[in-house]
Amino acid sequence: MPEPPAFASQYVSIPHRDHTAELGMWVFIATEALLFGGLILAYFVYRHLFPHAFAEGSRHTDILIGTINTAVLLTSSFLVAWAVEIFSPATTRIVAWLLVGASCLGLAFIALKGIEYSREYDEHLVPGIDFQFGGSLANGVQLFFIFYFVATAIHAVHMLIGIGLLLTLATISRSSPTTRHHTALHSAALYWHFVDVVWIFLFALIYLPGRASS
Amino acid sequence: MTQWRPPLSLIGTWLALLGLLALTVTIAYVPLGAGNAVVALSIGTVKAGLVAAIFMELRHRSGLTLVFAGAGLFWLGILLWLGLMDFMTRT
Repeated sequence: MPEPPAFASQYVSIPHRDHTAELGMWVFIATEALLFGGLILAYFVYRHLFPHAFAEGSRHTDILIGTINTAVLLTSSFLVAWAVEIFSPATTRIVAWLLVGASCLGLAFIALKGIEYSREYDEHLVPGIDFQFGGSLANGVQLFFIFYFVATAIHAVHMLIGIGLLLTLATISRSSPTTRHHTALHSAALYWHFVDVVWIFLFALIYLPGRASS
Repeated sequence: MTQWRPPLSLIGTWLALLGLLALTVTIAYVPLGAGNAVVALSIGTVKAGLVAAIFMELRHRSGLTLVFAGAGLFWLGILLWLGLMDFMTRT
């Protein structure tokens, strides 16, 4: 792959520059893990305090949409990993299409999430706007749905940022790709995979509890 | 247009992830009591491990990169461990 003419003076070589970019991305991912980690800590605390309410709240989520969305995200991660793997001047068109494909899957995820949100609104499950839930578990179920909406909304914002990154890289990597573009794509791919990993855990915590008992 | 096919390792990982997804949803409907949560989070951890090792290419990395990637996991572990210790052991 062609090299750009120069690299910044703090690096001794182009591989050094690329390695530093990767390390920087992992530092950023660590801060993101702690952001979602705080949310998940709160989830475990309240699930421990209100186990039956959390199982009940979980049963009111749409496991079909949740499962489809998980498959959609895993597939988009596969497409992005594929694009990183084959990135070269000879494959620019395919790389661009793979990234566009992953972005479309990301948008499909957001669209399905929107359908899910509107259904939950219709069922009066949105705390602070229109929450109506009878019985003794109401307070705990409300806590579950507060976690659900905060966590999935923050995750959706990450998805939108990722879609923007992938589409930007699909555009710029079409014109004479260099090692710099490959490094940029690799960093964006790490971000996209991380957002996928976050969803894997959100899926297990939001959709799966309480299914075996009703 | 040479070398555009995905490596078999990526295809295998993708199929394994979809298989684990089907498995975790199926087991969620099998009554295991407290075991359901353990199974769900264990399968989630395996899925996350596959994504990190293959898609995020950590299996090809060594030294400093693994330290940086592991550091995030380490601080997350401290956060969840010390954060939950009080609540989980309270009687």
